[in-house]
Amino acid sequence: MSDEKSDAKSDAESDEKKAGSTQGPDQPAARIASSTIGDQPGELLEEETDERLPAAPGTAFDPVVVGERRGMFGAADIGDTSGYGGLVSPVLFPAASQRPYGSYFDDIADNLERGLVGGAASFGEAVERVVVDRGELTLFVRREHLPAVARVLRDDPALRFEMCTGVSGVHYPAETGRELHAVYHFLSITHGGRRVRVEVTCPDGDAHIPSIVSIYPANDWHERETWDMFGIEFDGHPALTRILMPDDWPGHPQRKDYPLGGIPVEYKGATIPPPDQRRSYN
Amino acid sequence: MSTTEHHMSDRDIYATSGADAAESEGAHVFNAAGGDWDQLVDEAAALHEERIVVNMGPQHPSTHGVLRLILELDGETVTETRAGIGYLHTGIEKNMEFRNWTQGTTFCTRMDYLTPLFNETVYCLGVERLLGITDEIPQRASTIRVLMMELNRISSHLVALATGGMEMGATTVMTVGFRERERILAILEMVTGLRMNHAYVRPGGVAQDLPPGAIDKVRDTIPLVRRGLGELELLLNENPVLKGRTVGVGHLDLTGCMALGITGPVLRSTGLPHDLRKLTPYCGYETYDFEVITRTEADAYARLRIRIDEMYESLKIAEQAIDRLQAVPGPVMVADKKIAWPAQLAIGSDGMGNSLDHIREIMGTSMESLIHHFKLVTEGFRVPPGQVYAAVESPKGELGCHVVSEGGTRPYRAHFRDPSFNNLQATAAMCEGGQVADVIVAVASLDPVMGGVDR
Repeated sequence: MSDEKSDAKSDAESDEKKAGSTQGPDQPAARIASSTIGDQPGELLEEETDERLPAAPGTAFDPVVVGERRGMFGAADIGDTSGYGGLVSPVLFPAASQRPYGSYFDDIADNLERGLVGGAASFGEAVERVVVDRGELTLFVRREHLPAVARVLRDDPALRFEMCTGVSGVHYPAETGRELHAVYHFLSITHGGRRVRVEVTCPDGDAHIPSIVSIYPANDWHERETWDMFGIEFDGHPALTRILMPDDWPGHPQRKDYPLGGIPVEYKGATIPPPDQRRSYN
Repeated sequence: MSTTEHHMSDRDIYATSGADAAESEGAHVFNAAGGDWDQLVDEAAALHEERIVVNMGPQHPSTHGVLRLILELDGETVTETRAGIGYLHTGIEKNMEFRNWTQGTTFCTRMDYLTPLFNETVYCLGVERLLGITDEIPQRASTIRVLMMELNRISSHLVALATGGMEMGATTVMTVGFRERERILAILEMVTGLRMNHAYVRPGGVAQDLPPGAIDKVRDTIPLVRRGLGELELLLNENPVLKGRTVGVGHLDLTGCMALGITGPVLRSTGLPHDLRKLTPYCGYETYDFEVITRTEADAYARLRIRIDEMYESLKIAEQAIDRLQAVPGPVMVADKKIAWPAQLAIGSDGMGNSLDHIREIMGTSMESLIHHFKLVTEGFRVPPGQVYAAVESPKGELGCHVVSEGGTRPYRAHFRDPSFNNLQATAAMCEGGQVADVIVAVASLDPVMGGVDR
């Protein structure tokens, strides 16, 4: 417990320093606040001092909430005896980035912006968010503009992403209206192994994303797999059928609401439940 | 309506739909299940139909496991090829979402069972980038990873050649290949305890340091493997029968490879020196001296020769790696005790287990160590939310891993871009218009492993 408090306090302090506050390094008021409030010093401090307000509109983006975590140990089925049972914390994915993105990412963004000129959609219309995180560039592309973006990525000499190394689905049930994500990874051999990730979302109720098989034929089986596992329909795919599961299989196994399955196993008198029904610490 | 229901109830469960059944009505179906072949051939010949559809697999010995090839034949000529996969789907990606980050290696190592160390490494590189500890991985751990991956590359290529030879009827190639592979597996067993499915590479480093004598064993084995490769070369390179079966077969040029996203030896057989070890180095590959082997014929023979030459390059890298391992001792797991697996392993009277020193510390002297051990082993470490894509050059091509974390102790999603899965898409382009017998050679030159394809 004492560790938690001091961690939180030092976090708050370092945040203050990052915000470049004009107050002196001591900040006695903040100290008192953090020690009396205890568990949530950051929130109250923000209300107290102007310097610690979130950045002004248009200067920085907030992290993206994709879900929430309850309790301390992720136990969903049984009571949380740690005393943190009521704790609700959002799951925050990296926020949108601002220029300069660093590395070769600005170059990619510039060239994509130029390549999309004269097309159906401009860069601003096609790309809803640019995220640079952990040394990787992610372009969140609106689904209707995915083929146009993919074509520019492939054909523009300054971009020249010859290879699409497949599409992978991710299911975020808590992100209302954009539950299903299709994540494409592109590789440019011409430009020395540059990579870019394109992420496209669609709502669960209208799980349609345009196919890019006509642009990247290699994506044929990858899109079939994502349809099979997540139920995303890739419109325009030449033969969108199941690929790993049997043709008459009900449901899409990689969705979060699809159970893992399994049976309890008895061993030396004790019964071990299947993995998805065991007590979890996630 | 009642007839439809009756039809549905006792139909073949593998038939796809009513439409298919209707379409195949009137077509003659012959089931070859090991009965009288002459009778079957006579029956088929009596129909005077040249165009037949043959299901090769999923239990055919020359399909590298359970690949099903649907061939439309006009006499001996293949007019259409489709690959049916999924017979080995085991839900590894889904299972990984229910185990902690460290346990993930135990699952992904089983995907492509001929390249287990590549599967583990690409997953661990992804997890490490998510954790932001890529630069903190000890030098020695990376060098061990390189050594193990290159040895694994040799064993995988040897299986590709051995089974490829066997499928063409050259059983000596098979026995020589498997004999040499056995030498490599002996090293892998000595280091990891297992011949395959090692779960040796872990997030943060490797499970344990090389055991005493391992470096000497590698040093002793390399000349033997080199001599065995020479034997294989003598057997294969200028063999007129082999060249007759492979030269010009399974042709796929650079345009085709690019369109179909083909990587690995198949792409390098078109002359493009694409190798992720050079293009985007990982695990310190930029510090090793080796060549990227290319040829320009773009056929099965070129791919075979590339695999042989790549094994020599792998031996070169392995030699450099053991020199470094001998010179510099050091930790093999990241220093951060909030991530590193707490237990050290040691050989006891009853086999390998937690070292007695560690047991003594957690049970006798340090309550904090016990808590740490318990928390890390039962709950695991947490990984900050986000996603990464890591890729390595596996013997078959680009092996990619897309891992997503939601901040928990388990992967939120782990997706593997297996090169075999992608490369199998080329079967139609390689086989259509050729002879039936060449289908087997073309598929063997892709070196698909169904464990990786179906995951």
